[in-house]
Amino acid sequence: MFDITPAHYTILSAALFMIGVMGVLLRRNIIVIFMSIELILNAVNINLVAYSSQLQNLIGQVFVVFVIAVAAAEAVVGLGIILAFYRNKETVNIDEMNLMRW
Amino acid sequence: MAEAITFYVLSALILGFGVLVVSTRNTVHCVLFLVADFLFVAVLYVVLSAEFVAIIQILVYAGGIVVLYLFVVMLVNLKRTPEAYFDPRRAWRLGLLVAGAVFVELVAIVVYGIKSPVNPLRHVDAQAPPVEGGNVEQLGYLLYTNYLIPFELVSMLLLVAMIGAIVLAKRE
Repeated sequence: MFDITPAHYTILSAALFMIGVMGVLLRRNIIVIFMSIELILNAVNINLVAYSSQLQNLIGQVFVVFVIAVAAAEAVVGLGIILAFYRNKETVNIDEMNLMRW
Repeated sequence: MAEAITFYVLSALILGFGVLVVSTRNTVHCVLFLVADFLFVAVLYVVLSAEFVAIIQILVYAGGIVVLYLFVVMLVNLKRTPEAYFDPRRAWRLGLLVAGAVFVELVAIVVYGIKSPVNPLRHVDAQAPPVEGGNVEQLGYLLYTNYLIPFELVSMLLLVAMIGAIVLAKRE
């Protein structure tokens, strides 16, 4: 209980991941959905850093740097798409985003 | 003992703010809770002695990405919130079900991982950085030697993302 093992970090990471998944599934505001995706990426990063520190191996942290860079790129492009969409349809509700629905 | 207290307090804060991000109606408040969440994750990185990642977390996430979100939330100026005329009960059931399944799966993986015997870890690297020094030096060494090509690819990715965002957000 008072001994913090990597398993503790993994469970924390799993819980944060679950919160992010719930955000993606439950919210209808696409900006909040993007924020939930950031939470999910953070959960992954916690895992990587915890094991990197446990195994005394820095490669995990190298990957965290890459994950953060990809997250930044994803956020930029995603928010650009949201802005472009909002300019056309005046909505950020994903239920109304059905332009491509067959 | 101190480590345990730190861990549990930080976990509670991280998860609490995570729940707030997901559940708050006001989108601006969501973004601010997200900043707090990222800051506490950064503190957790410091506890794990990953200082460079913690600094990057604060600079890039809390400083950059979240401000971007804030700008978009302000620009998008919602007259009616998307949830205003939405029956939440329908999605809640599905959402809880799927999230629960994912959580059970993750816990099962963790439990399995603890139970099953682990192969003794080969110390992975022949490439352990020869430089002595702090976290930042060693990480920098790795990034500029073994991971040079991924590092450059990431810079290309960021460039492409930047151009893409400008093209997307540009008015005609």
